[in-house]
Order: sequence, then C-alpha cells, then structure tokens
Amino acid sequence: MIPGTFAYHRPTTIDSAVALLIELGEDARPLAGGHSLIPLMKTRLASPEHLVDLTGIDGLNGIERSDGDVVIGAMTTQHSLIGSSLLSELVPIVRETSLRIADPQIRYKGTLGGNCANGDPGNDMPALMQCLNARYVLTGNEGPREVAARDFYLGAYETALAAGEILTAVRIPIPAPGHGYAYEKLKRKVGDYATAAAAVMITMAGDTCTSASIGLTNVAETPLWAEEAGRLLVGTKLDEGSIASAVAAAEAITDPASDMRGPADYRTKMAGVMLRRALERARSRAKA
Amino acid sequence: MNEQVKIDLDRAERAEKLQGMGCKRKRVEDIRFTQGKGSYVDDLKLPGMVFGDFVRSPHAHARIVSIDTSRAKALPGVIAVLTAADLKPLGLHYMPTLAGDVQAVLAEEKVLFQNQEVAFVIAEDRYIASDATELVDVEYEALPCIVDPFRSMLPDAPILREDIKDKMTGAHGPRKHPNHIFEWQIGDKQATDDVFAKADVTIKEMLVDHRTHPSPLETCQSVASFDKVKGELTLWGTFQAPHVIRTVVSLISGLPEHKIHVIAPDIGGGFGNKVGAYAGYVCSVVGSIVLGVPVKWVEDRMENLSTTSFARDYHMTTELAATKEGKIVGMRVHVLADHGAFDACADPSKWPAGFMNICTGSYDIPVAHLVVDGVYTNKASGGVAYRCSFRVTEAVFAIERAIEVLAQKLGMDSAELRMKNFIRAEQFPYQSALGWEYDSGNYHVAMQKAMDTIGYRQLRAEQAEKREAFKRGETRELMGIGISFFTEIVGAGPAKNCDILGVAMFDSAEIRIHPTGSVIARMGTKSQGQGHETTYAQIIATELGIPADDIMIEEGNTDTAPYGLGTYGSRSTPVAGAATAVAARKIKAKAQMIAAHMLEVHEGDLEWDIDRFRVKGLPEKFKTMKEIAWSAYNAPPPNMEPGLEAVNYYEPPNMTYPFGAYFCIMDIDVDTGVAKTRRFYALDDCGTRINPMIIEGQVHGGLTEAFACAMGQEIRYDEMGNVMGASFMDFFLPTAVETPKWETDFTVTPSPHHPIGAKGVGESPHVGGVPCFSNAVNDAYAFLGAGNIQMPHDAWRLWKVGERLGLHA
Ligand SMILES: Cc1cc2nc3c(=O)[nH]c(=O)nc-3n(C[C@H](O)[C@H](O)[C@H](O)COP(=O)(O)OP(=O)(O)OC[C@H]3O[C@@H](n4cnc5c(N)ncnc54)[C@H](O)[C@@H]3O)c2cc1C
Repeated sequence: MIPGTFAYHRPTTIDSAVALLIELGEDARPLAGGHSLIPLMKTRLASPEHLVDLTGIDGLNGIERSDGDVVIGAMTTQHSLIGSSLLSELVPIVRETSLRIADPQIRYKGTLGGNCANGDPGNDMPALMQCLNARYVLTGNEGPREVAARDFYLGAYETALAAGEILTAVRIPIPAPGHGYAYEKLKRKVGDYATAAAAVMITMAGDTCTSASIGLTNVAETPLWAEEAGRLLVGTKLDEGSIASAVAAAEAITDPASDMRGPADYRTKMAGVMLRRALERARSRAKA
Repeated sequence: MNEQVKIDLDRAERAEKLQGMGCKRKRVEDIRFTQGKGSYVDDLKLPGMVFGDFVRSPHAHARIVSIDTSRAKALPGVIAVLTAADLKPLGLHYMPTLAGDVQAVLAEEKVLFQNQEVAFVIAEDRYIASDATELVDVEYEALPCIVDPFRSMLPDAPILREDIKDKMTGAHGPRKHPNHIFEWQIGDKQATDDVFAKADVTIKEMLVDHRTHPSPLETCQSVASFDKVKGELTLWGTFQAPHVIRTVVSLISGLPEHKIHVIAPDIGGGFGNKVGAYAGYVCSVVGSIVLGVPVKWVEDRMENLSTTSFARDYHMTTELAATKEGKIVGMRVHVLADHGAFDACADPSKWPAGFMNICTGSYDIPVAHLVVDGVYTNKASGGVAYRCSFRVTEAVFAIERAIEVLAQKLGMDSAELRMKNFIRAEQFPYQSALGWEYDSGNYHVAMQKAMDTIGYRQLRAEQAEKREAFKRGETRELMGIGISFFTEIVGAGPAKNCDILGVAMFDSAEIRIHPTGSVIARMGTKSQGQGHETTYAQIIATELGIPADDIMIEEGNTDTAPYGLGTYGSRSTPVAGAATAVAARKIKAKAQMIAAHMLEVHEGDLEWDIDRFRVKGLPEKFKTMKEIAWSAYNAPPPNMEPGLEAVNYYEPPNMTYPFGAYFCIMDIDVDTGVAKTRRFYALDDCGTRINPMIIEGQVHGGLTEAFACAMGQEIRYDEMGNVMGASFMDFFLPTAVETPKWETDFTVTPSPHHPIGAKGVGESPHVGGVPCFSNAVNDAYAFLGAGNIQMPHDAWRLWKVGERLGLHA
C-alpha cells in the first residue's frame, strides 16, 4: 500500500498540461481527483513516474447549458454534479447516478472527467454517458475533438484517448422534457462498485414508448450501450412481453467477470433484474 | 424534610458521585480517541528510526531455488536485507507458536502460503523499503498445493511441512499423516454411539464456519529499539497480551526478561488478531539488535487480511439424537479444522481445539462425543478466537444450527424445542457431558422474556401468511426468523486446565491509593477499545468509595503493570476484574483498621457506608476513604506499615458462562439474493453489569461483526491457493448504512464464584449473533425444502439457492 516514486507537476493551462504529457510520454498520467489512480498506485498496479495534476487548470470546472447540450467541465466533482440545479432540472439521472457512486468523501474529490476517462468498467458514469449519448471533448496538441461515449471505450482501461490528450469536457444532449429515467445499481455495500447496474432513459407518448436508451455498468470489460434492448421497447406499451425481451437482449450482450461480487451467471442475471427495475421506475416517472 | 429522607438523599448523592458499578459512565478514553489524540504504535517516532517491509511469496506452495538480494541492497537508502540464511545462525528462522508448533519467520527452503514472509528489507524510509522489496529476486519452483482441507490427508497429498515430516508425534499426540496436526477427543464415544443407535430421531449435518479474519482497524505493528550499551530491548507493539510477548521474546532471544521492556500503547481493535506473535515483530527485533537503531514494522491492510491470523475454518459434522417428543439424548460432532500452514492457533496450550467442547450449548444433553482433526493446508496460519473465547463461536454455531435442523425434522417449533431441552435453573452448577461446570444460568426466563418482547407468536403467524403469499406469486420476498440461545465459556482460566506455554492464566491488579485519596491502578490485561480505563475504575469506585474520576487505570507497560495474561476470550472482567475487586478489598480491610484507630473505636464497631467507615449506630462519626488515605501515609496506627496499596494475582476457580437469547427477523429478495435485517433483538445475561452503556456498546459492536461474518465476510482462496478479496474492496466490513439497528435487553444472573458476580460480555454478541443470522436465512428458505444453506450468506450465494430451488422464472 506504498506507491512507487513519482514526480508531481501542476500545470495551469490545458496547453502546458498537454505539452507536459507529450514530453513525458508513457510514464506520465493526468491526475484528477485521484480516487481511482492513487489506489492503483498504492497497490502498485500502476506506477507512473510523473503525475500531471489537472487541478490548477482554469476552465475545466463547471456545468452550463450550451446550444442543445449541458456541458460539464472534466474536473467538476461528483459532489458538484449532485448539487447542480441545472442538472437536476434537465438531466436528473446524473444526480441519481452520482449519489450511488462510492461515498460522500470520495465524491468530494472524484471528478466526472476522471470517472469517464478512467476506463474501468466498474465506474458508473461511462454507461450513463452512453445511455445519454454524451460526447467527450478530448483536447490534444492539435486542439479539441469530440468522441461519442458510445465509441470511447475499447477494453478494460483502454479508451480512445490518444497519447497526450486530456478529456476537457463532457457534452450531454438535453433530453426531452417529461422523459422517464432511472439508474438501478446493485452493490454489496456503500462504497462498492456495481455487481451490475442499469441506466434507463425513455420517452412515452400516451402509454407507448417512443424512445429508449439503456446503459449497463460493470458487466463486461467496457460499459455497454444495450442498443438492441432499447430498440425492442420502442413502439411497445412496455408490457411484460416487451420488457422480458429487452431484458433478454441486454443480458445477451453481457460478459461479466466472476469475482467476489459473484459468478458471471449471477452478474448477468442481475444486469437483467436491474434493467427491469430501472424500466419500471423510469416508466412511473415519464410524463406522456 | 424528614430525617430519614435526608439521610437517604445524602447517601444517594454520595453513591452517584462515585460513578461506580451500574453507572452509565461515559468512556474516559474516548476524550483522546475522538480527538485524534490516541497514541498508537505507528505514532511513535524515535531518533534514527528505520523501516522494515517484507518480500512475500506470490505462490501458495513452492520451493525456493534462490534468493538474490544484491539489487535491493544496491538501492540507496537500503540498510539491510534479512533472509532465513541470516536468521538461521541465531536460531530465529523459526519461532514457537502458542499451539506447540513452530512457524517460519522467514521462509527457508519452501513457502507454504501466498504472501508468506521471504525476506525483510530495512531502509531509511518506508517508501524505499517498499521499493526495495521489488528488487529482491527470488526464484521459485512451484509445487502442487492443498487448499481444500478434505484433501490434506489423502494418501497422495503433497507433504507440506517437510521440516516436521518425520515427527509423527505432535504437541497433542500422534499424527496420522504428515499433513495431520492432531486429533483431539473428548466425551464418551461408546455411550454416545449406543444412544444414536437406539434413538427415535437423529440428524446429521455438515456445518461450515468459514474462514474469515478479525480485521481490526489498526493492523499489526511494532517498533523495536535495542540499546547496545545497556543491552536492553524496548519493544512497542500491538499486543493483546504484552507480558506473554515479553516472556516469549526472552525465551527465544536469550535476553533476560528484566532487560526487555514490552509496551503496548493504545490499540485500535484486536478481536484476537493481536494475541499471537508474528514474523514482523521478530524481524523488527532482530533488525534493531543487529543495527542498533530502532526498527519500525507496520503491516498494510492486505498483509493483515492475508497473513496475520485468520479465524474459523471449521468443518463440523454435527449430529443430534432425540426422542420423538423432542428430548435431545445425545450429540456427536466431528470437526475437520483447517489450520493453514502452521499450527499457530491462539488457544490455552492444553486445548488444541479451544473450548469447542462447549458445543452441547445451553441444553441438558446427557451424552456427547467430540473429535477434532487439525490439518495443514497451503493457507495462512492463525485460527484465532475472533471476538470469542477459544473456538466458542464455532461450537455455538454447531449446536444452534443443529437444533434448527432437528426442529425441522421433528416438525416442531425450534423455540419450543429449545425450551424443552434447556438446562433448568435448579441444575446449576451444571456438569456438561463434555466436561464443563456451568456456573449459573436461568435460561427459561431469558428465553421467555425475549419471546414475549419480540412477539414471537405473531411473527410466526405473519411468516405463515407471507409464505402463502409467496406461493401464490404475490410477493418475491421471503421472511426468516432466526433464533439463537447461546452459552459462552469465558474468563480463562483456572490453572488446572489453562496455561499458555506453561504460564498459568491468572490475571492481576495493583491498586495504589495516593495520600490525597486519588488512585492509580494497573492491570495485567490490555484494552484494545473495550473501555478498561472506564470500567475497572468503576469497580474500584464501588469497592473503595473513591470517585471513578479520581482513579487512573494503566495497562500495557510490562515494567509497571503486574504480570497478566492479557485481554482476549472475554477474560478481563472475569479474571482481572476479579483481581481488582480482591485487591480493593485488601485495601479496604487495612482502611478499616486505620479508621478504627482514627475514631478510637474497635474495628468491629465500624460499618462501611458507600465512601466511608462509620461507627455503628452513630452515623455522624465517620472517616471517609479520602481521610483514611491521608492517615495511612502520615499517621498510621502504631506498628502498622504506612501506605495504602495492594496487589492481587487472581486465579479463577472456574470459567464464567454468560448466555443470551437472540432473535433476528429478515426479509430476503429472492431475485437478487439481498437480505435485509428488519429487526434484531439481543438479550444478554452477563451477570453483574458494571457499566450498562459499555455493555450496550460491546453488544452493538459484536453484533455488527457477527452480521459481517454471517452475511458476507470471508477469506477465500482459489484452487491455486491465491488469496481472494484480501482488501476492504471485497472483505465485507459493514458500514453504518448496512448495519441493522440493534435492540438490546438483559437479565441478570450473577456468577456465584466471581467476587462481583460479573461474567464478561464483549464477545457474547458475536458468538450468539453469527448463528442467529444464519438461522434466519435458513428459516426463510426452509419451507421450500432448501436444506442446509452454508455461510457466508452474501447476495450471490442466496441467489444461487433460489436458482437451485427453481424460484427464478
Ligand atoms: C472506495 C472507492 C469506491 C469507489 N466507488 C465507486 C463507484 O461506486 N462508482 C464509480 O463510478 N466510481 C467509484 N470510485 C471511483 C471514483 O469515482 C473516482 O473518483 C473516479 O473513478 C475517478 O475520478 P478521479 O477524479 O478521482 O480520477 P483519477 O483517479 O485522478 O484518475 C483516474 C484515471 O483517469 C485519468 N484521468 C483523470 N482525469 C482525466 C482527464 N481529464 N483526461 C484524461 N485522463 C484523465 C487518470 O490519468 C487516471 O488514469 C470509487 C473509489 C473509491 C476509492
């Protein structure tokens, strides 16, 4: 539980941070809230020689509305996501999900950007961002580019971030008013990563579902956007039959590891149970 | 105001001022603990102090081909790297265990469990030490390993302990196999077998109390400082039994005992984890002797969970025989005990399976027979008593689960079955079939009170309705009612059957009254959070009439505290608490003589009144203890030696036998396997209650640990012997959010042989709690024909039960 030796850098601009990351190469890692990276360093599963702390950079913090998006700076803490009235009003599922991350102490430090950039399938934000069809703004020495959350995750701890790039902001398209939402997470205790979790966003017209998007947490090497499961719900009355087929479709794309949370078959089934419960809650919240 | 009322009020006021026994006195130690002002081993900073860290084995079983320390030694800041080769000439590469085995300090030819200590790096700071551990190159040749204790004694099993492979007699008799440690038997085999052959009804169930860990908040640690000029060693450490550590260090190092100063400062929880001696202690001592500077060793969380002393791992084939009316007529138990790579159980030396023979429980069972086989496996050693007296949680788990199995077979309510078989109040002192003499109990009264308070009949009715609703598909929840009625055996113990490496298990108190009437008292025990500084003072307050706030309690420094065997097995109150009362009474006897001299009356003319001696019939003529103290030093009676102090070494005539009735109401979501405890009621009878608030706190803590053990806490190994989940990410330590709300209650049946009638309570809730939770889970699924469901009852395992029963669509 003692990390290896590292040098600490604290740039004040995005450009200098990017320049440092490029100069230092593979041995450098950005540091945000540190609540994923530092535990890895303490167990020596990661031993970066340089930490480039993003805390001192202006402009990476804050939540605002811009065009049709809510734009959230990468260094915005999970605690701030919970407190934001703008998010509560426009995308309340972000608050609901944030409240299920770890515990208050960790959320005071942990950031949205770190949670999304980390690439750990146990993180809750990535599947949510896929469910919301968010876009990540990645800034490197050639300026910013956007990558959809649904395209960002390549494998465990493998993402579309190129060498020297920093995730600077997350853009969430503002969902339709009256949408139904829910994040259901099964965990063993406070502070635990999900055994399985499901994010659901739906819109209803009368009693017919007109759109459905589903994200699944910690049941594969990457977060999962359950595209087919969502498609199976559109045009239905969210009756038992269509829910059952969506659940089956979602379960079919999972490929969880067996770990102390339970064997793979259990975690797959729990993804289904969480999805079912999330759908029920989302439907009860949707306004036609 | 009437004169009598005035006298009564005055007496009440004086009694209250003492904050003596029965008072909910606030814990005095909490003032420093809650302000971060405690002083723990890791707070210690000494000039020139250096740091040690271990190189550990990645393999569960492997031959060490070579160890190359040159790269590590070349790292700037590294001072030394110790291996078995360095310790061997000193005879310190192995150390004796409390169980009569030896344990490797640093692995010599083989490693026997994952994370076993292979080399000890000493460096100028902790970071360098940790870096250097990665630079020690160890070449291993992996060997087949044994993880399942049922494979240990197979004919073709790999031999684990080559160091003792030809020694076919161990510390506890003959060994049947090189991987066998001992067979321990007690009871009447023939009579028991006869009863079983003729019984109307018998049950047999394999009950597993799985491997877990006590996991105190503070890990194990030590600082050793050897003064080469004086030839003296000072050793600070996380020691539940500091005097025993001093004796052991003296025996293995050859240093005379008076030149060893063992100090246990504040300890952040022990729960049995800090009874034993560990490689880290030895290496810090050797390091300091060799280098002449203080050496600190601090275990990290993963090391703590995976190396220093697991608990349980008892596989108990438990049988009961009964009449068809439900009278239990016999019990037969075989235990396969997985001790890991070394037998380092912390039991009194004559008891290789602890007090497992308390397994007849609270019931009048005429005959019983118990056999325990201990075996080696490629896992960490330990087998400590995790918040219980030696193997008592295991024993109570066996009987309290078995009685449920029997009730089911008989088609009888299990509360009724218990009532039918309880030892009756008039049978105490009660001689159990497996050799104990239970001191006192009133089980029927306690059980009835518990049942009435929780509304047992109504709960069973509600459960019956719920079960019907479940069958009709109207709910996905199962309701379970768990019961446990436990009898513990604590306060080890009488010298005739209890010793540790030959040291009898007495304990001690030394009380010194200062001239102004305040007190310092020192004990041979050592609090790890139990609140000794508060409660011992309350005993003295009541015995001597001195306010508890004027009494300082000190423990842990072996130079100043009288010799004692330490704190574990709920022995502090039964043994050192008794010593405290006896020492106080010696002082009181002397005080009475002094008071008689002061008041110019005969001793027999005096009577004790709360905080003073007064002349019988003349209540206005008195001397307070404070006044007596002054005289004791400055104007003692002629021919009396001045001063007012006493010491007592107390050898208990018997153990004490706390008991209690616990009920748990649980609701289980069959679709996720998540169990929610709706209600938990704990009635404890620990005899005389010294501080009801501390008792309640102890019960809360013990129940929380019981909840953890039953519902998910485990140390698991994969088939390669890799230890799984040895961090707080996976190891289930419930937070306030998961922890159920506890309801506490009590009855009072004093111990007849204890000077103040107290029995001990710190471990009861754990012992009684584990089977109670497990019974609730088993009860929830029982009507579906689930059979025995093994612990731990975490969500995925319960979901698997539902899967097996076809409960998921
Ligand atoms: C006990 C515990 C429980 C937890 N439980 C949960 C949980 O239930 N759910 C959950 O989602 N999380 C959980 N976490 C993780 C927590 O939410 C982290 O805060 C989060 O995963 C990472 O955010 P951070 O700001 O701390 O990032 P850091 O730890 O600083 O960084 C994480 C990784 O992302 C990289 N990184 C960070 N920011 C950027 C950026 N802007 N651009 C590019 N790369 C970047 C870093 O280099 C690093 O590799 C838990 C953590 C702990 C310690």
